[in-house]
Amino acid sequence: MGHSGEAPVGVIEGYFSLRGGDFSDSGAAATKLRSELGRLPGISGATVRRAAIAAFEAEMNVIIHALAGTLTYKVEDGRLIIRVNDMGPGIKDIALAMTEGYTTAPDWARAKGWGNGQGLPNIERNSDGFRLDTVVGEGTALEITIDLYKDGRCGGES
Amino acid sequence: MKVRDVMEALRAEPITAPDLDRRVTGCYVSDMLSDVMASSEEGALWITQHTHANVAVVAAVKDISAVIITGRKPVEDDTLRKAREEGVNILRTGLSAFEAAGLIYNMIKDAG
Repeated sequence: MGHSGEAPVGVIEGYFSLRGGDFSDSGAAATKLRSELGRLPGISGATVRRAAIAAFEAEMNVIIHALAGTLTYKVEDGRLIIRVNDMGPGIKDIALAMTEGYTTAPDWARAKGWGNGQGLPNIERNSDGFRLDTVVGEGTALEITIDLYKDGRCGGES
Repeated sequence: MKVRDVMEALRAEPITAPDLDRRVTGCYVSDMLSDVMASSEEGALWITQHTHANVAVVAAVKDISAVIITGRKPVEDDTLRKAREEGVNILRTGLSAFEAAGLIYNMIKDAG
């Protein structure tokens, strides 16, 4: 089960714990992040979408591949930083894992429509910064950065 | 064209219907959630046979205008809960994916 810590008003940050194989609350981080970012003045719908897509793909990666993990996010100086750390198998060949269509997802995940080898490339495509550190047999750390006002501010705020 | 128009044309049943006036801008047909996550467009309808809770999350983060479920599987309670929380429209039709997509294709084309 995921759960979130309470942040002070006006601060956007979240902490979620993820358990491998547990679909019951998957997407909790992505949907919370989506609703919090959506309230930021001047942010575009496309930027909120990029952030939510990256967060959900990252959540699913932990649930599908790892024993357990955490996802945290924080907005600082107009940038969103999502950090995902897992206790999992690690990634043997990062270039291969970044190739569209390559997957090591188990059958139970594929039966739910995941594991088409598109997750990591989709995260990178929706991010402005993407860093993957992995140790085979120990786990993977992913840091995603998204510039929240890359396309300028929209709406009423100047 | 609105979700309501599609619901009527497909004689679909509203499973969750928080915003039937939502504008429809296209349609995506896939049972690969990874594929929908990568390639569907904002405002598109999504035709699928999946009924588990991830469907509601994918639809929310991708700003899908309505999920259209074909096939006979019941929609899981977790899916309904998540869809209500996130304001996701879910419709169910007795038509096949092929028939539903064909009707929607013509509606979108006619709407110009």
